[in-house]
Amino acid sequence: MNTSFARQRYLMDFTLHSMLRRKGRNLVLFTVYCLVIFILASVMFFGQAIRQEAKTVLADAPEATVQNLVMGRHALINAKWVPVLQNVRGVRHAEGRLWGYYYDTVNGANYTVMVPPSGDAEHQLQPGEVIIGPGIVANRSLIRDKYLFLRANYGEIFRLKVKDRLSSDSALVSADLLLMSEPDFRKFFQLPDDVFTDIGLTIRNAREIPTIIGKIGVRVPGSRVVTRSDILRTYQSIFSWREGLLLALLGASIVAFVIFAFDKAAGLSGEERREIGILKAIGWETSDVLAMKFWEGALVSAGAFLLGLVLAYGHVFFFQAGLLEQVLKGWAVIYPDFHLKPHIEVLQVVTLAFFTVVPYTAATIIPIWRAAVTDPDAVMR
Amino acid sequence: MSIRPSSLMISAMLLLGAAVVALFVHAYSSTDNGLAARARLVGQLGLTDLALFTEARYTRHPSQADLHSAFQDHPMSLDHFPSGSLVSPPRHNFAQPAGVQQ
Repeated sequence: MNTSFARQRYLMDFTLHSMLRRKGRNLVLFTVYCLVIFILASVMFFGQAIRQEAKTVLADAPEATVQNLVMGRHALINAKWVPVLQNVRGVRHAEGRLWGYYYDTVNGANYTVMVPPSGDAEHQLQPGEVIIGPGIVANRSLIRDKYLFLRANYGEIFRLKVKDRLSSDSALVSADLLLMSEPDFRKFFQLPDDVFTDIGLTIRNAREIPTIIGKIGVRVPGSRVVTRSDILRTYQSIFSWREGLLLALLGASIVAFVIFAFDKAAGLSGEERREIGILKAIGWETSDVLAMKFWEGALVSAGAFLLGLVLAYGHVFFFQAGLLEQVLKGWAVIYPDFHLKPHIEVLQVVTLAFFTVVPYTAATIIPIWRAAVTDPDAVMR
Repeated sequence: MSIRPSSLMISAMLLLGAAVVALFVHAYSSTDNGLAARARLVGQLGLTDLALFTEARYTRHPSQADLHSAFQDHPMSLDHFPSGSLVSPPRHNFAQPAGVQQ
């Protein structure tokens, strides 16, 4: 055991000395390899963490929302459907929801304006009061630190007292949120008293949801039901879509790296061939030559992999994925400044290792094996 | 006596290996960064979507949008917000319409 370990260490020493002779070339390879792992791992960590985040955060989203569709578009729903839905067997509670969008000409941002549901005691508001999200706080100056002036589209100016600010911890879901009382909301958007944006449902037993959707389709014609599982599925596919898009954009650089690495690993230089020939001539066995080259491939790829992984983790979870953020931001003026909960999965790390370290190490071994099994004399010539 | 390169290399590898193990420890033991606060607010207000792209309503609330919302500004209009290429249409819109029993 000890002899074999000592033998491998001597081989490793020899390999490192031989690599040091080609310092520049190996350093470039290591840096590029590390960078590729860093980018791939960053995308992977970010995608996985945000999927996990959406799953946890939206686990309490409404069990089902019923929307009215007119000509295939989302339209206001009449309040007369609330008691109808309340009477569907299996529905515990039906409540009309009021929410919409407001384009703020002052800073060119879009806000989501919403009336807190009646069951939410913490955010109840009197007319003239609002609660604003962290993105609005950061992008809009308040008058005397407590008044928000909004201009309705028919010209009237609303003077609203900021009762509270939502915590910046919740920015991922509430950055652009503006909570308003129902009378203010209806006046601000000139909305009749008998309409809602949609109707939220609380359902007794989640397993009954498909049956309930069937019943709603019959009782409320022209409606569409969005369930919590639809919402969760939407987000899982959005983030997989975006992860895929980023990987597709990175595809060209990954292919370039593969060509570079394969060229470096597979094409033996004349100097390397001569080195193998000399080693064989002075009595090295084929297995020794292979072990030496295995160490070369393994040290470069494992080192680059581990370092790339550590850097990617720091980039995503300590620096909020600064390099990927630009892809996310788009044109949105209000953008949440959020910190993802660190999340890492063994399977993902193993998959990434399998698709990067193994091919590189294999690509180094095969040409060496070919050179090593030939006659030293032929190799040296 | 000079240090053998393999000793340096083994130490570097062990150090990096320990750093990766530390990542797992950090990930599994980290505080929730306000995750509970976000989840609570979602439950209280009945929120449906993440505030990732605020420029258009079909990107702000993708789960509530319909397939046509990206193209509704005028007849034959095309989706003109860049995040439209990053956000896929909600998958449930491709499912069978409500009321149709499977």
